[in-house]
Amino acid sequence: MDLRFSDDDRAFREEVRTFLAEKYPADIRERTQRGLRLGRDDHMRWQQTLYEQGWAAPNWPVEHGGTGWSATRRYIFDSELALANTPQIMPFGLSMVGPVIYTYGTEAQKARFLPDILASRVWWCQGYSEPGAGSDLASLKTRADRDGDEYVINGTKTWTTLGQHADWIFLLARTSQDVARKQEGISFLLADMRTPGISVRPIITVDGEHEVNEVHFENVRIPVDNLVGDEGHGWTYGKVLLQHERTGIAAVARSKYRLSRLRALAGSIPAGDGTLLDDPQFRRRLARVEIELTALEYTELRTLAAVATGGAPGPESSLLKIRGTEVQQQLDLLYVEAAGYRALPFVPGQFRDPDIADDERIGGPWAADTAPRYFNGRKVTIYGGTNEIQKNIIAKAVLGL
Amino acid sequence: MDFDLSDEQALLKDSLERFVRNDYDFDSRRRNLASERGFSSTHWQLFGELGWTAMPFPEVDGGLDGGAIELMLIMEQFGRGLVIEPYLPTIVLAGGALRRAGSEAQKSRWLAPLVAAEQTAALAFAEPGGRFDPWHVTTRAERDGEGWRLHGEKIAVLNARDAGLVVVPARTAGATGDRDGIGLFVVTAGTKGMRVTAYPTVDGLQAADLALDGVRVDGEALLGTPDGGGSVLAEVYDEALLAVSAEAVGVMSVLLEKTIDYTRNRRQFGVPIGTFQALQHRMVEMFMCVEQSRSLLYMAAMKLAAGHDDASRALAALKYQVGTSGRLIGEEAVQLHGGMGVTDELDVAHYFKRVTTLDLLFGNADHHLTRYTG
Repeated sequence: MDLRFSDDDRAFREEVRTFLAEKYPADIRERTQRGLRLGRDDHMRWQQTLYEQGWAAPNWPVEHGGTGWSATRRYIFDSELALANTPQIMPFGLSMVGPVIYTYGTEAQKARFLPDILASRVWWCQGYSEPGAGSDLASLKTRADRDGDEYVINGTKTWTTLGQHADWIFLLARTSQDVARKQEGISFLLADMRTPGISVRPIITVDGEHEVNEVHFENVRIPVDNLVGDEGHGWTYGKVLLQHERTGIAAVARSKYRLSRLRALAGSIPAGDGTLLDDPQFRRRLARVEIELTALEYTELRTLAAVATGGAPGPESSLLKIRGTEVQQQLDLLYVEAAGYRALPFVPGQFRDPDIADDERIGGPWAADTAPRYFNGRKVTIYGGTNEIQKNIIAKAVLGL
Repeated sequence: MDFDLSDEQALLKDSLERFVRNDYDFDSRRRNLASERGFSSTHWQLFGELGWTAMPFPEVDGGLDGGAIELMLIMEQFGRGLVIEPYLPTIVLAGGALRRAGSEAQKSRWLAPLVAAEQTAALAFAEPGGRFDPWHVTTRAERDGEGWRLHGEKIAVLNARDAGLVVVPARTAGATGDRDGIGLFVVTAGTKGMRVTAYPTVDGLQAADLALDGVRVDGEALLGTPDGGGSVLAEVYDEALLAVSAEAVGVMSVLLEKTIDYTRNRRQFGVPIGTFQALQHRMVEMFMCVEQSRSLLYMAAMKLAAGHDDASRALAALKYQVGTSGRLIGEEAVQLHGGMGVTDELDVAHYFKRVTTLDLLFGNADHHLTRYTG
């Protein structure tokens, strides 16, 4: 057991830092530093920058374009990117559908889809939840009926994050109605979002943003070649995908960055004779979050060390999801409380308009964004399988209850 | 960076696991607690034969050169077995002070019998009114010719009844609470003027309060310099924090396993109670607390082993985590065992008592959160 980085790992960290200094696009860097919203193009360009470096998919096996990094290197990479406050990697292609395709797809599907996912030339979105199928995902009703060489899809998917940007959607749909268990008869399908019959309706979230959508399928015809794996076995593939998703949701390195920034901000907020950071109550709350986060960092390292590159993390990824999202929400709340009265203004437009100088924003540079973020952040214990569902998974798969 | 054990460490872990599994059943533990020494002399000798009592000491002192990782492995398994032999007071505390501050002569006289498991020892680390501050030392050491006279009171001295010697911190200079001005004195059992009020502790072990009424020790009794003992205590404390935290992780793991096992077998309303979601989610919370504690344990052990600058801060985080997690897991384990959980008959109650004691030793969760916060 040894915490120290080897010389090679230290050299690698320098390499990542140099890359960030030289290749992280200046305009995107400015937007994230100023707390401005990012668009599709910003995300795509950043991920393409990583791709050109060969670093697009640390979680993929080498033969499909992964990096083959050790747990230590993945940790270093994540930490450095978070410290530089780079845009989050959109998970839909690289973390979600990609692993399903390289694990269960045909050679033709791998050749057709993986290069575009790896190079972020295509934006994917997720078609899992339905209006009547949330935590009980297997009760989904969207159907895909075979008609010659095509499936005909009818139904509604919901909570489709950033579906308004998407070129392709992966979805779970029922290909057989006559099954003993509802987990059977579900298939994993891929659909071009331009296919006639697909329509996207925005859902405005509590923070006033257009982040999620409903996606309607009305007699949408896709070729049977777009079936991944075996017909009727989609539930199995879907679960593997969710395990890949969960580790990423923990966002440990991001939370570390947010915590250190919060500490710095608190040190600049006048309170009493000193600053908010001198307030013993605030300090203790900050310390408790920091300790939980530090523990989580090492739990993640232990998990990464146990998982060979490209393999799916086991049910212990549920622990990372639960604790990671709890920490995120605690941080969201501490930001609001740090902002105080300055958290009251609700003027989301000023975080979209680069022409408004940070100091000219109502409420100051950052404070007015804290409450919307807190409200929106309630989603993290709900998505990716609610934290209660994660507890069910741990109870069954880890504790054997 | 890696979490792998070396071959030697893996062997050590194996032999500890075997001992706890095969030689440490709950009934004989209960008998040993009630025996004259309050633990098993046979086990203590075995610890010596297996090299466990020699583990943390350098080779020149007859030790095996083990470090923080080895200590963690030993104490975690001792936690799993609810081991009562006085490893912590003898090896970690008194041995830790002797190893750091003792001269060659002092080590061959007092440390060697500990390494060889011929004797046990104690460190008087607490005083009334001092809460958890290791430098709150009001006990005075006054020059008396070539020797010293000690005046003061010590409380909660673990294993003082069986100890052949007690290492006593006493103030030679400075004010109460100062790190400097503390000397460490070896007082052997039976020394005139030391009154030992021994008592069983809530977890079934032994401790004592000491009244030092002008206890006369010779010049050789002073370990190191007359005013440098505070820094030695700081280092001993760091190691002790790791030791009790590792033990707590062992205790917590067993409490979780026993609770899972019990709820899978205990039937009410015609089904095992472990099928109830309300109970499952509570056990998942216990599981997550164990894993988070284990993560900080590994981190702190590795930082201490590598002599990291922020090892003390990592240990404060660890002690806070095991304190809060230990309480949750202990209380939940009892609750989920129902009425059986509050009986003396069931081992769960004894694990609960031990994890409660471990929180109080060397500073509870609140104390270490304050230290961590700075």
